[in-house]
This record gives sequence, structure tokens and C-alpha cells, in this order.
Amino acid sequence: MLHEVGLHARPSVRLTQLAKSFASRIEFGPSNEGPWTDVKSIVKVMKTKTPKDALLYFRAEGADAQAAVSALIALIERDFETEA
Amino acid sequence: MNSNVGIVIVSHSPDVARGAADMVRQMVGDDVPLAWCGGAPGGGLGTNVEEILAAINRAWSEAGVAVLVDLGGAETNSEMAIEMLPDRQQNRVVVCNAPIVEGAVMAATEASAGSSLEDVRRTAEELKPA
Repeated sequence: MLHEVGLHARPSVRLTQLAKSFASRIEFGPSNEGPWTDVKSIVKVMKTKTPKDALLYFRAEGADAQAAVSALIALIERDFETEA
Repeated sequence: MNSNVGIVIVSHSPDVARGAADMVRQMVGDDVPLAWCGGAPGGGLGTNVEEILAAINRAWSEAGVAVLVDLGGAETNSEMAIEMLPDRQQNRVVVCNAPIVEGAVMAATEASAGSSLEDVRRTAEELKPA
């Protein structure tokens, strides 16, 4: 989680909006054992209060799972800037 | 035409309503129909049914409209405005039981993904103080 202030309001909205564009079930968590949070729920994502430099694990299940996780990681890596 | 659920923000204060709408636009973007109203004609605090009706129509979407309100009259006047809508619109407008600013951003985020009116309301109302 490279963003300056962590997963605050605006980054959370971007992450959720992107997650919702995929059909798969997508979750993230602070470790590979969870606890897992539904990335498509803006309220649940914000409740995690994920800070800067936190390490996030993603997991997804569904036909477009691979593409979904790649897209979400790419969004975080480009610091939540929307694609031009 | 935008097929996402619309969001209406009704506050006693035009500054609060405009500010909440600004937050929705800047955080969520332009993919949801959005309107706000608030303030009395003389410049003081207040809400009125005609302005709320007009705001609902500005934010109108065939998918419906979710209304976020602040206190007392904002809620009762919004309910009155909904009752004055034609039958075909009436059952597609809901007042969300959620904090006005946070609820508007949550509702708009859900709406921007093309969710149903019921899902938009549920997301706004899911937000409770921790």
C-alpha cells in the first residue's frame, strides 16, 4: 500500500469501483490467512482503515479472477491514478 | 442517458448540501446523476418541498433516486416531495437512513457501479459509527 495516506476515502472508492467492474468475488486481507474483506463493499473497505505501507493480500474466485486481481494491484501500484 | 441510480442531497444549509455534492463529484466522479438543495428563500436555513421535487427531477434516473437528508424537516419535506411525484416515479425514490455526507459518498460509490436502488440504499445504511 504505497499511497501517501493509506486506504482512505478516495483510494477506497477507486478500489471498490474497479472491483465492481469484475464478476468475480474479490477479497483482500492483511495476511494470507485473512481476515478477508469484500473489496466490492465500500463500507467494509473503508472500515479496514488500512494504513500507508500496509501489505495487502488479494484473493479472487470466478471466471475473471486473474484479470481482477491484476487490475486491482495495478491500480495500487500506480497510486490510484485513474487510467488516462 | 445515465442509467445509474441518482443521488439527491437535502440539507437545511445550502453550504452543507453543496459541499456534500462536491465530495461526491470529486471522490466518486461524474457517473451518477446528482442534485442538491437546501436553504430558505430569504437566505437562512431551511428546506422546502418544491426545491426537493426539482432536485429529484434533476437527478432523475429510470433506476431510481436515493435521497440523503440531514435533520427533521429535511426528512419530512423529502417524504412529502416523494408523495407529490407521479405514481410511476414515486416507488423509485427512497430516503436513506444514513449520515448525509458519508451516506452520499457511499451511496454514490455503489450507484456508480450500476447497482440497484435497493443496493444503493443498503450500502448507505450499512454505514454506522464504529
